[in-house]
Amino acid sequence: MKILVAIKRAVDPNVRVRPLPDGSGMDIATAKMSINPFCEIAVEEAIRLKEQCTASEVVVVSVGPVVVQEQLRAALALGADRAIHINTNEALEPLSIARLLKEVVMQEGPGLILLGKQSIDGDHNQTGQMLAALCNYPQGTFASKIQLVNDEVHVTRELDSGLQTLALRLPAVITTDLRLNQPRFPTMPNIIKARQKPLVSIAPADLGVTVNLRVFTESLVVPTSRPAGVKVNSVTELLEKLRTEARVL
Amino acid sequence: MNNAKVLVILEPADDGLGVANARVLGAVNCLRQHLALDCDLVICGGNALQVDAALAVADVGQVICADQLPDSQAETLAPWLATLAIPYDYLFIASNSFGKNLLPRLAALLDNQPVTDVIAIKSANRFQRPIYAGSAIANVHTEQPQILLGIRTSAFDAVVPGSSSARRLVVPGPVAQSLSRLIREETVVLERPELTAARVVVSGGRGLQNRENFALLYSLADKLGAAVGASRAAVDAGFVANDLQVGQTGKVIAPDLYIAVGISGAVQHLAGMSEARVIVAINKDPDAPIFEVADYGLVADLFEALPELIKQL
Ligand SMILES: Cc1cc2nc3c(=O)[nH]c(=O)nc-3n(C[C@H](O)[C@H](O)[C@H](O)COP(=O)(O)OP(=O)(O)OC[C@H]3O[C@@H](n4cnc5c(N)ncnc54)[C@H](O)[C@@H]3O)c2cc1C
Ligand SMILES: Nc1ncnc2c1ncn2[C@@H]1O[C@H](COP(=O)(O)O)[C@@H](O)[C@H]1O
Repeated sequence: MKILVAIKRAVDPNVRVRPLPDGSGMDIATAKMSINPFCEIAVEEAIRLKEQCTASEVVVVSVGPVVVQEQLRAALALGADRAIHINTNEALEPLSIARLLKEVVMQEGPGLILLGKQSIDGDHNQTGQMLAALCNYPQGTFASKIQLVNDEVHVTRELDSGLQTLALRLPAVITTDLRLNQPRFPTMPNIIKARQKPLVSIAPADLGVTVNLRVFTESLVVPTSRPAGVKVNSVTELLEKLRTEARVL
Repeated sequence: MNNAKVLVILEPADDGLGVANARVLGAVNCLRQHLALDCDLVICGGNALQVDAALAVADVGQVICADQLPDSQAETLAPWLATLAIPYDYLFIASNSFGKNLLPRLAALLDNQPVTDVIAIKSANRFQRPIYAGSAIANVHTEQPQILLGIRTSAFDAVVPGSSSARRLVVPGPVAQSLSRLIREETVVLERPELTAARVVVSGGRGLQNRENFALLYSLADKLGAAVGASRAAVDAGFVANDLQVGQTGKVIAPDLYIAVGISGAVQHLAGMSEARVIVAINKDPDAPIFEVADYGLVADLFEALPELIKQL
């Protein structure tokens, strides 16, 4: 079984970011970029399934400008076999990405499609669900456990109310949550080996898709910051302040 | 001009309307400030109590119920809702685990790009949503003929049950799908107020060290009638269940009082609680970033501060 993993290039989660002063975008031109953490978890899961001989091939795909090839190479260094770059400089939103990914799914015919549950820049949490709808495949979102059982995949999902386990018919779309696994670090030999692995770059037009934006960002603003607080010296003082000053007790 | 038509997709709830739904309806009232609208509700599960509560919401035209509902999974609901949605100008749903699972699937069937995690409705087609874990607020607009909104419930007040003249409309339900089936649900039995609805929340982080020590936090919560929350580190380490995680990728809450104990205050955590009215931080590290957002900071060892707090309350 082939596994397709969609990965996004995003600002490293340890970098603190701010909007540009003119609000036209984020101040990230020099920021460290990484594979979106949730996508990294998706790559890790796919590689583990291959190591368990459940999967035969792991294909990673990313949509964006040429620089996203860095993240595709990083995924190859982690153990993916092959990469597809959908090259575009257009502004993207989940629906466009899902429409592009659908064409890749139709061409590649994977048994399992893994995505992160959320990109940590746009914080959309949409692409996987949209892709599942466009393919008419079942979806297992916010997965914290994945198990292949015969011709189904059992997915444990993290919900607001607890956990839920679903059985999905294959092919299926799964989006990963934080507790699915702990991604590995690439080794030096694997980083070198990754340079030789196949990476093809195609255009949206090659997939017969035109991307167009439906929701426009007019400006970005800094959230209103909270007024500076005070340090209290004791539990007694804290309770006193909560009762008389803040009046929350 | 005709009134805009709004359909609110209600998350199943078994104790009435459901807190998240009540807040989504609060967001509908915010849209009402920009245009005249007629609002219908659609039931996606739940029980008779929820239908009754939905019928009691003020300014609602119809409460749509399915004559039969095989399950409440997105695969089942999305195609059904896509058909029901045709006459509507707006669809509203909560941006929580139910809405986040369902809305994008529905949107793709409608060839629509939804706006999710909406925290403010600026006009009929302009909205605000946080990005980068709340490091920026995006002002967005859309010209799509149908507007799909996922509402961040912590940003809106719940409607209060009113008296309404809503009608119940029973329609043919969705056809059963063969794509997925439910194996098991491990729903937590709530011993304390629900995190997203609580007035007071006490949250613990890695500083608590282990599952047993969370007992201290539970005692404090019980003294305050509070809900319990946690940082990702505490959940990852298995101190508490996943549904307690507060933050960018957990629950987003805005209680009157948030007490963070042994939590450093990573930006991903702040994303979930910085809208609380009053924030208290208890941490032994005076430089912990949590103190930058705390109204009241207590630099102390939590193993001394918590027992003292519990004693004095
Ligand atoms: C993609 C992504 C998503 C994430 N999503 C979330 C999210 O939704 N929610 C979230 O919370 N995090 C999230 N995180 C993780 C986040 O970055 C932090 O790692 C996490 O919040 C740290 O948890 P913590 O504060 O409990 O632990 P730590 O950062 O380890 O802090 C522990 C604190 O306890 C204090 N302490 C220790 N002992 C004591 C004591 N005896 N008395 C008093 N204080 C003590 C220490 O001084 C320290 O400040 C996410 C990270 C990533 C990469
Ligand atoms: N540009 C992209 N290229 C490839 N995959 C993407 C891209 N954007 C989003 N995804 C996938 O969709 C997931 C959810 O993203 P989002 O819906 O933007 O929160 C990510 O974790 C990726 O797996």
